[in-house]
Amino acid sequence: MEWEVVIGLEIHAQLATNSKIFSGASTAYGAEPNTQACEVDLALPGVLPVLNKEVVKMATKFGLATGSTVAQRSVFARKNYFYPDLPKGYQISQFELPIVHNGKLEIVLDDGATKTIGITRAHLEEDAGKSLHEDFHGMTGIDLNRAGTPLLEIVSEPDIRSAKEAVAYMKKIHSLVQYLEICDGNMQEGSFRCDVNVSVRPKGQKEFGTRTETKNLNSFRFVEKAIHHEVQRQIEIIENGGEIIQQTRLYNPDTDETRSMRSKEEANDYRYFPDPDLLPVMIEESFIEQVKSEMPELPDEKKQRFMSDFGLKAYDADVLTASRELANYFEATVAAVAGEAKLCANWVQGEVIGALNREGMEISQAQVSPALLAGLIKRIQDNTVSQKIAKQVFEAMWNGEGDADAVIESKGLKQVTDIGLIEQVIDEIIANNPGQLEQYRSGKDKLFGFFVGQVMKQTQGKANPAQVNELLRKKLSS
Amino acid sequence: MMDKTLAELAQGLKNKEFSSVEVTQAHLDRIKSNDGNYNSFITVCEAEALAQAQAADAVLAKREAPVLCGVPIAHKDIFCTEGVKTTCGSKMLDNFISPYDATVVKNFKQAGVVTLGKTNMDEFAMGSSNETSFYGGVKNPWDVKKVPGGSSGGSAACVAAGLAPAATGTDTGGSIRQPAALCGITGLKPTYGRVSRYGMIAFASSLDQAGPMTRNAEDAALMLNTMAGFDPKDSTSVDREVPDYTADLNNDLSGLKIGLPKEFFGEGLDAQTEKAVQDAIVVYEKMGAKIVDISLPNSKLSVPVYYVVAPAECSSNLSRFDGVRYGHRCENPQDLEDLYKRSRGEGFGSEVKRRIMIGAYALSAGYYDAYYLKAQKLRHLIADDFKHAFSQVDVIMGPTAPSTAFGIGEKSNDPISMYLSDIYTIAVNLAGIPGMSIPAGFSNGMPVGLQIIGNYFEEARLLNVAHRFQQETDWHMRRPQ
Amino acid sequence: MSLEKSDVEKIAHLARLSLSEDDIPVYAENLSNILQLVEQMDQVNTDDVTPMAHPLDAVQRLRADEVTEANQREKFQSIAPQVENGLYLVPKVIE
Repeated sequence: MEWEVVIGLEIHAQLATNSKIFSGASTAYGAEPNTQACEVDLALPGVLPVLNKEVVKMATKFGLATGSTVAQRSVFARKNYFYPDLPKGYQISQFELPIVHNGKLEIVLDDGATKTIGITRAHLEEDAGKSLHEDFHGMTGIDLNRAGTPLLEIVSEPDIRSAKEAVAYMKKIHSLVQYLEICDGNMQEGSFRCDVNVSVRPKGQKEFGTRTETKNLNSFRFVEKAIHHEVQRQIEIIENGGEIIQQTRLYNPDTDETRSMRSKEEANDYRYFPDPDLLPVMIEESFIEQVKSEMPELPDEKKQRFMSDFGLKAYDADVLTASRELANYFEATVAAVAGEAKLCANWVQGEVIGALNREGMEISQAQVSPALLAGLIKRIQDNTVSQKIAKQVFEAMWNGEGDADAVIESKGLKQVTDIGLIEQVIDEIIANNPGQLEQYRSGKDKLFGFFVGQVMKQTQGKANPAQVNELLRKKLSS
Repeated sequence: MMDKTLAELAQGLKNKEFSSVEVTQAHLDRIKSNDGNYNSFITVCEAEALAQAQAADAVLAKREAPVLCGVPIAHKDIFCTEGVKTTCGSKMLDNFISPYDATVVKNFKQAGVVTLGKTNMDEFAMGSSNETSFYGGVKNPWDVKKVPGGSSGGSAACVAAGLAPAATGTDTGGSIRQPAALCGITGLKPTYGRVSRYGMIAFASSLDQAGPMTRNAEDAALMLNTMAGFDPKDSTSVDREVPDYTADLNNDLSGLKIGLPKEFFGEGLDAQTEKAVQDAIVVYEKMGAKIVDISLPNSKLSVPVYYVVAPAECSSNLSRFDGVRYGHRCENPQDLEDLYKRSRGEGFGSEVKRRIMIGAYALSAGYYDAYYLKAQKLRHLIADDFKHAFSQVDVIMGPTAPSTAFGIGEKSNDPISMYLSDIYTIAVNLAGIPGMSIPAGFSNGMPVGLQIIGNYFEEARLLNVAHRFQQETDWHMRRPQ
Repeated sequence: MSLEKSDVEKIAHLARLSLSEDDIPVYAENLSNILQLVEQMDQVNTDDVTPMAHPLDAVQRLRADEVTEANQREKFQSIAPQVENGLYLVPKVIE
């Protein structure tokens, strides 16, 4: 049987505020345990929450960037359950009336086609603390520094049909929240994580299959692997005559498996109700206009501009706008070169991204700055070096050996454009290879490449390839 | 200097007739010698009170001091007081030394007011008789075989017995007004949002409101001047100017329109209580007020609505008491669930457990619409009744409670009959409007309270109406023997 | 609505309350009586009424995004039942 996979994502993006969503405690990462948990975060008797304005602004930005409706009125609700990292015994979240709903996002698939993924809603809520399971005499330690950190939970429609699409969607959201500067996107620190809802159904069937939710995936790779694993598991169960149980699962990256969380029989009776300590959040049109005026250029807008202003192809523009930093790097390079956008695009996509991938670095860690890269591209432009030699220069620059001119100078890589010198080398080679010359002249055209190779070898690749071609053709046929 | 009102004490301190240390010591001594009869205090803060009194005397000696500087009062043990045990009447918090001050407590400290101690109360403010306190019931100073009312029973009793000139209380369904009535003192529940709830241990967040419990309306005005005000730490606190509540106390009442809801004078009202209330109305008529018969048709449902809304909110509010970060923790928990269940099972008394369970049930899957949502809708109708009434009248009057204080143990095994003792006060909390109770006579030797209800933020008018009555009558001057 | 013993046990579990065996029938009776009282609400039709969650028709105030709280761990943990290395300790949590 052919199976269709149905996936929906719930992404938790930690909002990059200074203070918590309902208290004035710091949200800085990595502090000593419980030193950033104030009386409100600890849920001391009598304390009350007050909403952080920045959080509302950030959610509004996200709503505007995804063509969503920013709710004029949204309400905080309590989600009641007992857990030691949840000091109040309830999480303040949004239930019936989220701040953002009904949006969409376009993703680009491998074949260059685009697909629109619906965004059901994005709501504000508070993060929980952390349970540390290292041994404290067989007990668990609770650190509440993270308790009360603002989260935007972004819920997609079940529009996703493969692990690849899921990752493309997640990457797009990841890039978007960083563009908007509402989340630092740091997945290792848990600032950006994802729950995946997966079900399968026979191709052509309308109804959805029973879904499972795999929680707390904090890398693109884990999302892809967890989906693959879960899809396989579900298909096997159904094909063996079993039934899928709706449940919450955990992915173990070490074994590349998902497993069921210990089931809590009443786990779903969260007894949601409007939080009486908080009032309805009203967002006025003027507030939205204000946020709109402060919005940065969005990835899709930037992509369109790169295509129209720089003549880039859709695919290239897509790659270069994948992150705000990369796009900035590219634009800075073009500005420093003052033109040659396509050449710049090739170099950023080829050598720069290649080197970053090789070393596992982020664009912010690039060892060659846009100014340095521009220096090199200018030397390609003015024929000081060929494209091929330029790659050698780039490697040297990456290794900290100085700017393009210094590397070219110290390594003697300057392109030979002296016609007399090239002619001299050609004459020598023709004289030393009479057999090949005769064969070429008797019609074996392919040997032209042999002569080019010899010249380049002799000049250590520094001869201007166009000049070599032209002179060789003349001399060989004379 | 005993048995003086707050206003008289403040004046005496200004005139250097006595010092704050003297007044404070005199009250501490009386608490020590007499509170054994009433059990109105859970904690007496002798050392802290004397230190605060000394500091107040220094301020009084030097410069112009705040009006209430140096006056001692008592706080209901629901308000967090830094460095002092704050129990909320519960075993759950028997070991809880609060690391911070409630905003109300802070306001009084800043005004130089001395804290004598923390008063007894029904556990987590859930009760109408003070019998649910982990620290034992409070006895009514008018008859120690009778209850003082609740939940602010300790505050009411200590003021009635002259152990403190005034006290703070909180009112979720009548917890200031009903004990004020049963103990023969003056109590005011302000408009929801008028006084900060920060640091006041929450029972039902959308109903709780703090207010003063005093000998007379003038003192209540002085207390409210210090208590009321916007608090940026409480999202439900109202950012609205606080008037001087003493300014309008003597306003003339001629032409005042008093509404008498027929629902407050029906079945279940004790005849002598009704007579005392009617006599009080006559006093107002003599002062030129006009009586208007009105109806609050949905108020009969206020008790059922309250017993959904309040338990629902409390079931969630009390989840934080889990034995992890503070408060009672059971011995040798076997696992996490055991830690939760036994810490909470041992820490909470039976009335608290009842309400938590009712609330959890009303919010649970499949019942939410029938209970919680239904109650929130009826709450709207109840509030609309008042809105309609206040388009016709200036204040509403009636009895505070259906009878005078009942015997200790009389209703403690019958939750429903206990709940009905708040039948006239609950609707006011559901609507969020202000309400007062003032002494209006006696029935079989026990005090009767007259309830005065006003429109939103009309505390000044209530205090004016109460004060003028107290100029014409002396019920508020009577003291238990 | 009348609650059975098993209903009370279920609710007590949801609310994480241990109840003694002897008390359960008493709670079942009390709670059933309260629910009966509460069901008087059904007398009034509320189809067209909007629910009222707050007494005042006010909107949420927003706080500036500023860090105002300093570390008070020692003070807060001085009243904690069990702490170690700055962490609150609870019986082992198994997911």
